[in-house]
Amino acid sequence: MIQQIDYFVIAPSLVLALVAGLVLLLDAFLPARPRTQTGLGLVTLAGVLLSLGFVVAQAVRGGPALSTFCVPPGTSPCSYVVDRFTLAFAGLVLVAAVVVVLLSMTELAGGGIPVGEWHFLLLCTLVGAVTLPASRDLVMLVVALELVSLPVFALTALKRYDGRASEAAVKLFVVSVVSTAIMLFGVSLLYGVTGSVYLSRLSAVLAGQAPPPGLPADALPAVVTVGVVLVVAGFAFKIAAVPFHSWAADVYQGAPVPVAALLSVISKAAGFAGLILVLVSGLSGQAGTWAPIMGILAALTMTAGNLLALRQRSAVRLLAWSSVAQSGYILAPLAAGTAEAAGASTAYLIIYAAMNLGAFAVVMLVSRVSARNELDDYRGLAFRRPAAGIALAFCLICLAGLPPGLAGLFAKVFVFREIVAAGSGWLALVMAVNTVIGLYYYALWTARLFAPATGAAAPAGRHVATSLAVGLALAAAVLFSVAPQLVLDMTLLSATG
Amino acid sequence: MMGWLPVALLAVPLTGAILLLLAPHALRHVIRTYGVVVSGVTFALSVLLAATFDHGAAARMQFEVDRPWIPGLGLRFHLGVDGISLPLVVLTALLTFLCFVYLCWRGGRSPDQLMGDKPRELVFTLLVLEVGMVGTFLALDLLLFFVFFEIVLIPMYFLIGTWGGKGRRAASIKFILYTLLGSVVMLLGLLIIWAQTGTLDIEALSASHGAGMSRSVQILAFVAIGVGLAVKTPMWPVHTWLPDAHTEAPTVGSVLLAGVLLKMGTYGFARIAIPVLPEGAIAVAPWLGAFAVVGIVYGALACLAQRDLKRLIAYSSIGHMGFVLLGFATLTPVGVNGALFANVAHGLITGLLFFLAGAIKVRYPGSDMPSMGGGLLATMPRLGSVLTFASIASLGLPGLAGFWGEMLALYGAFQPADVLPRGLFLTYMVIGGLGAVLTAAYFVLMLSRVTHGRPRAEQPRDESAPADDRLVRAAPDERPVVPLRSPHSVRALLGPPPSRAELTADIQGHELVAWTPLVVLILLFGLWPGLLLSLTTPPVLTLLGALP
Repeated sequence: MIQQIDYFVIAPSLVLALVAGLVLLLDAFLPARPRTQTGLGLVTLAGVLLSLGFVVAQAVRGGPALSTFCVPPGTSPCSYVVDRFTLAFAGLVLVAAVVVVLLSMTELAGGGIPVGEWHFLLLCTLVGAVTLPASRDLVMLVVALELVSLPVFALTALKRYDGRASEAAVKLFVVSVVSTAIMLFGVSLLYGVTGSVYLSRLSAVLAGQAPPPGLPADALPAVVTVGVVLVVAGFAFKIAAVPFHSWAADVYQGAPVPVAALLSVISKAAGFAGLILVLVSGLSGQAGTWAPIMGILAALTMTAGNLLALRQRSAVRLLAWSSVAQSGYILAPLAAGTAEAAGASTAYLIIYAAMNLGAFAVVMLVSRVSARNELDDYRGLAFRRPAAGIALAFCLICLAGLPPGLAGLFAKVFVFREIVAAGSGWLALVMAVNTVIGLYYYALWTARLFAPATGAAAPAGRHVATSLAVGLALAAAVLFSVAPQLVLDMTLLSATG
Repeated sequence: MMGWLPVALLAVPLTGAILLLLAPHALRHVIRTYGVVVSGVTFALSVLLAATFDHGAAARMQFEVDRPWIPGLGLRFHLGVDGISLPLVVLTALLTFLCFVYLCWRGGRSPDQLMGDKPRELVFTLLVLEVGMVGTFLALDLLLFFVFFEIVLIPMYFLIGTWGGKGRRAASIKFILYTLLGSVVMLLGLLIIWAQTGTLDIEALSASHGAGMSRSVQILAFVAIGVGLAVKTPMWPVHTWLPDAHTEAPTVGSVLLAGVLLKMGTYGFARIAIPVLPEGAIAVAPWLGAFAVVGIVYGALACLAQRDLKRLIAYSSIGHMGFVLLGFATLTPVGVNGALFANVAHGLITGLLFFLAGAIKVRYPGSDMPSMGGGLLATMPRLGSVLTFASIASLGLPGLAGFWGEMLALYGAFQPADVLPRGLFLTYMVIGGLGAVLTAAYFVLMLSRVTHGRPRAEQPRDESAPADDRLVRAAPDERPVVPLRSPHSVRALLGPPPSRAELTADIQGHELVAWTPLVVLILLFGLWPGLLLSLTTPPVLTLLGALP
């Protein structure tokens, strides 16, 4: 049997993979000069933009969902499906990737990091992150998720001879490997029960529409619950949900800032894409099992993240814990257990990506001037560099979820609405209190931006790439503030594929 | 027909603020004129709104704009004005304009004025604040209301935190956390309404008078929304952010906080909580009344113990807001009308009082009353007179604006809605009346400390404790004791001695311009309350239509 591959469908991942190879070759054969470094960055950027172009082309095309790698050919089930869910996540990942590549250009200009390897690894991660939301079978999901995770260890450790970076890489590696092992165990249990790795088949069997192999239709063994819990636990590691959150701060702080941004947005988006796919597409029949778990997980995650963020002095650590808290908000709608609610998660994730990347981009700018990057280094930033200061202020207020940061406010409203509609009043109250706790540290940081500076300010360098990154993220955040309907259009009912 | 007017009311200050953000340097030299002009145009628009408003049909929503904004969320950009919101819109625009006039008149170089510290940022903050305040009173969509309700938080936080007094950091963070907690709970209440009825449109919801929601859902939603509004109002016992915020806020911040921000809470009761959730209102009204009268008495007693003028006015606000809430709790047209009247009157009077407190704070470093030493009427007769006027207006002297609202609220409690226990509300009325007496007591006491007596500088040593000053000295003093025999060292302790001219200067130009309209309006509404009541009565009757 010959597999027919629809290359247009897999073009976004394919382009990224080819460019990754190209970057490695160019790095090997071109002379090592500063100009080459910039050139490699630009090639990477071009690759990401080309891939984004294919995603846009797929989105503009409309019509029914595209699919390939189907067994038997031409019919379902398929392993690779491009529907609105896939497009929303691929678009999110690639736009975030543009910001991360721009940030890396500033980071790499500092020297000390091999440029070719960096871009190669970055592109490999992106291949995984673009493939993952399109995956519709468990094996492909696991492979794609590993493709997202593995290059990130290396990226974290690329700052050689840096103790913190090595520590961060080892931590990330151990946590990730353990989580993969747990998830694989869960996956194998699910496969054993249902006899299929395809999410659609899985869903049919677990919902009682098709009989599990060797059993009557409505006699699912109890081991299904174990499988569900283990798979959820595996993903909880990736998105830094409680109780698997403790790696976040150390890894974010040890890694270079662009990698931290990548972890907090792209890697997290991939984790959520996988989680939503598995839960909503594959395990929808078991919502009674996982929806309460998601609710408890969400409540714990947002509370722990916010409480830990309260006492942080380092900007990156604060963002690390705040992004754990934000993970909690993204998880919360899943407690409703429906596809519509998962749409709210996706919407929150997209808005979160814009505002969090904006914050990281400004943190990157400041990290060039003050290496320690503590919150007190931000005093008076709004007067030293008005554009950066105001951009950061806007992003932080967005993260806190207050006007004028309407994007963040509406994102929270999306989530609240799903929780209230699902009748989980307790979760809504927990989230309400958490919003207030979160405001405390965001507001104090924002106030620092406008406080008079203490001590002499270091001269501010010009970093065109990072300024572009700030502008891009800020533009997205402002756009989502004015027209949040855009996000809803992208995500509405998108998780049903 | 005139739908552009409410949009323009929001667009003008917003555009003004955005221009300031985009072209900060171009506007640097005209910043004073700029602020006055932008807020002046907004005020002119609000006057135009009041002039073209069809006063014969005050119950009807007028100047409506209704456009979809976020269809996925059911959020519509729905604005409109009726007899309840019109006075508040005009009051907001007026107070903001007066604040700018106060800040910018004649060079704006006095200590309390604009040009002191970061003028551009101050203008920007105030304009954004104005957008939120006006928008709250115009919004006719639950979520839109919530959005505008939240917009004011960040500018107010910066207003207190940047231009405030010594304890500004703690006060500003307390303000924002407290009010955000309230408003998030309110959001949950709004979403409960949405989940039950499927619409966010305030007009449709108030027309259906709670149809489609069971009694228990209504009570739950009323409590959730009520908590959010009560924090903003503020109602005892969730008032504790207010005294700190007021004490530390700059003068214009205090004026807008007391004059407008508190009204957003009470307006929410009249616009959303009571009409949309009538059964919830009936169930919760006795509790609301109870908290209201406790607030009245508590505010008055707290005022009696205050040494700081701004703190005293802040606590007096809690008492006055207690009357407003009591009026709402009666659920009668009389009571609600009284509440809405007291609302506007409090905005005018307390706005004026905070202007005065700011002026006194400039002249006497620290607004600590005992260290001022009294005799204001002798040293600065005009300032003293205006302070006396504002105080007796606030304590509810008949003939001034403060009287009618409280009288009507108490009268409403005398005869509450039939479904409410009358005996309980009679008790509330008696306690509220007692609170009114206490209100008179603390204002008279304050006047005796500040305006009467002999000015300290000319005071002979052995007469340092005149009879009317005794209570002041009895008040607990936590400062290090300063020997009374050397009046000069008091000044030395309190900061650099102000110049002779500054100390003796009576009302100055910018103060006169900012205060006169308030004084005139207080007199006008006091002598002709029908002007305001004729506006609010028809919509109140409509909103209360569902109540038996």
